[in-house]
Amino acid sequence: MNNVTVYCELDEGKIADVSFELLTKGRSLANQLNCKLEALLIGHNLKGYEKMLFPYGVDTLFIADDNRLAPYSTLPHTSILVNLFNEEKPQIVLMGATTIGRDLGPRVSSALKSGLTADCTELEIGDHEVTRDKKVYKDLLFQIRPAFGGNIIATIINPDCRPQMATVREGVMKKAIFNPQHKGKVVDLDVSKYVDETAFVVKLIERHVEESKVDIKNSSVIVAGGFGVGSVENFGLLYELAAVIGGEVGASRAAIDAGYVGHERQIGQTGITVRPKLYIACGISGQIQHLAGMLESSIIISINSDPNAPINKIANYVIQGKVETVIPKMIKYYKENTK
Amino acid sequence: MKEYQIIVLAKQVPDTRNVGKNAMKADGTVNRSVLPAIFNPEDLHALEQAIRIKDQFPGSTITILTMGPVRAAEILREGLYRGADAGILLTDRAFAGSDTLATSYALSCAIRKMEKYDIIICGRQAIDGDTAQVGPQVAEKLGIPQITYAEEIISLTNDKIQVKRRLERGVEVLEASFPILITVNNSAPHCRPRHAKRLMKYKHTTTMSESQEISEDYLTASMGNNQIIMEWGVNDIECDRAQLGLGGSPTKVKKVENIVFQAKESLKLEDNDEDINELMKELITAHIIG
Ligand SMILES: Cc1cc2nc3c(=O)[nH]c(=O)nc-3n(C[C@H](O)[C@H](O)[C@H](O)COP(=O)(O)OP(=O)(O)OC[C@H]3O[C@@H](n4cnc5c(N)ncnc54)[C@H](O)[C@@H]3O)c2cc1C
Ligand SMILES: Nc1ncnc2c1ncn2[C@@H]1O[C@H](COP(=O)(O)O)[C@@H](O)[C@H]1O
Repeated sequence: MNNVTVYCELDEGKIADVSFELLTKGRSLANQLNCKLEALLIGHNLKGYEKMLFPYGVDTLFIADDNRLAPYSTLPHTSILVNLFNEEKPQIVLMGATTIGRDLGPRVSSALKSGLTADCTELEIGDHEVTRDKKVYKDLLFQIRPAFGGNIIATIINPDCRPQMATVREGVMKKAIFNPQHKGKVVDLDVSKYVDETAFVVKLIERHVEESKVDIKNSSVIVAGGFGVGSVENFGLLYELAAVIGGEVGASRAAIDAGYVGHERQIGQTGITVRPKLYIACGISGQIQHLAGMLESSIIISINSDPNAPINKIANYVIQGKVETVIPKMIKYYKENTK
Repeated sequence: MKEYQIIVLAKQVPDTRNVGKNAMKADGTVNRSVLPAIFNPEDLHALEQAIRIKDQFPGSTITILTMGPVRAAEILREGLYRGADAGILLTDRAFAGSDTLATSYALSCAIRKMEKYDIIICGRQAIDGDTAQVGPQVAEKLGIPQITYAEEIISLTNDKIQVKRRLERGVEVLEASFPILITVNNSAPHCRPRHAKRLMKYKHTTTMSESQEISEDYLTASMGNNQIIMEWGVNDIECDRAQLGLGGSPTKVKKVENIVFQAKESLKLEDNDEDINELMKELITAHIIG
């Protein structure tokens, strides 16, 4: 009762990274609130999955295992969450701001008449005082997210309704093992009690999923290009630099809109969030929405012809110059110095 | 041939894509009055899907439903110019301050009042909040299935619809029966432009509140069309008032802040050979690369 619950998402039979990230966050929230961390896993052939989840600090793992439950579909999964939450009454529910989480979350929140905050970038526990009524709400979940196209940061609370629900994008929270020896208990749910036959009305006709080709999120070096890179050919220089120093290529939305690279490389508020050791921003002005996805990089180098580009303020090194001149030199001197 | 009753949910939003310096007030809140109000971009994608169904099944009707201030009637007219048949403006002080749950409750009550519908089409998300919640919540409140992130309606028959939806790394085709709610992804086709004849026909269409504000001749011009844009308030729909507006919203905004970035102590370099050579040496020595 009144625990923190994380909906663990399966992606082609693999637990999604964002779910581990949320368990890590959920564990620390549960510690603060002095309650348990619960996880919910829905799919098929889930024997042994607990071994992957317990090290993240899961105390209770609810499993709904049925061949009709994989791949994900809206109504059956909603039905399990709603029925389970009506019994277990979690105080906080977290899910990924993914195609699945953003399909499922609002449906569940509507059925439970409870608030949901999408795309949170921070989650904290805090008290809220309503001065007018002299009422204090203890230990609420502060759901912090950018709003208005990223121009402001809002803190949202749900004072009266439970559960307090939030979605978080992949990469925004850190993933860390809590204790490799941690053991929780598994509760196998009797699926027929949680899902009615009528929930299977939408039929899957076909499905194609590709392996993702780029792994920007886990790369320790990122060479990111913006609109200032100027052309597809110049982006070639970025790929070359990335290959030479061992990194991945990322991009701003303006570069993607201009057709220089594919959208799977977008970094920022509506793209991927990264925190590499080194971020080289080439011809990127540094608008808030882009910074939101890379601000936590350890070292930032900005290459920009405009000395007053906003990104320069948060860069450790600022090279004033053109991408086309600077990058070939970086490649050249990297090679000379590593020979 | 089958005729479909289609409802498009659309919202008028401030254009947050081009927020200039003066759009932020000193206290960190948004100065809405300087931002142009537009038809939410993804709702135009939704409208296009509806018009395509009508192209294919000519007897079908498209009604745009929007909840917002009186001014939001602008997007209803915009929808008429592009191909919708009617518009409903849901407007009342009682709706003010709604979060997504209270919004979807009000919209679902309005939809229940409309006699029959086969397909409800929404945008994926509105650019003022980017929440993507209202569509699925309306579907839940009406007790009908949903298909989110739709990119294309593959086929429509008397009792079945097949929809292609976009996943993070792929696509899926789902089949459902009616009624169904669909949210349309931004990768779906753009909406066709205004149609000149429709523009002439509908440009004087007004809501009741609007006609009260304008002059006599306009009023006569709009008389013939007064069923095309309807205006409903809280008394026109059957609803539980406790679930509306600020009071009916479980989420509250605790605070809003301007974003301030901690400026770093940065090292300025030239684009000459010496500086770049030094930089690369430093990065290699510090084991950041190499
Ligand atoms: C709701 C919303 C969400 C958004 N989400 C994202 C997001 O997730 N990610 C994202 O990136 N953006 C996002 N944006 C867009 C964002 O606001 C900016 O428009 C975008 O980041 C700008 O990209 P840019 O810096 O590449 O382009 P610009 O702002 O055009 O900057 C180009 C820079 O290149 C420099 N330059 C020009 N020529 C050269 C040269 N030859 N050599 C070196 N430098 C040169 C210029 O001085 C300038 O600083 C979002 C916007 C909105 C409204
Ligand atoms: N006030 C509103 N009136 C009509 N439709 C809305 C309204 N708010 C949201 N919608 C619909 O719900 C979608 C998702 O909105 P949101 O949850 O705010 O991101 C939008 O693209 C619209 O189709």
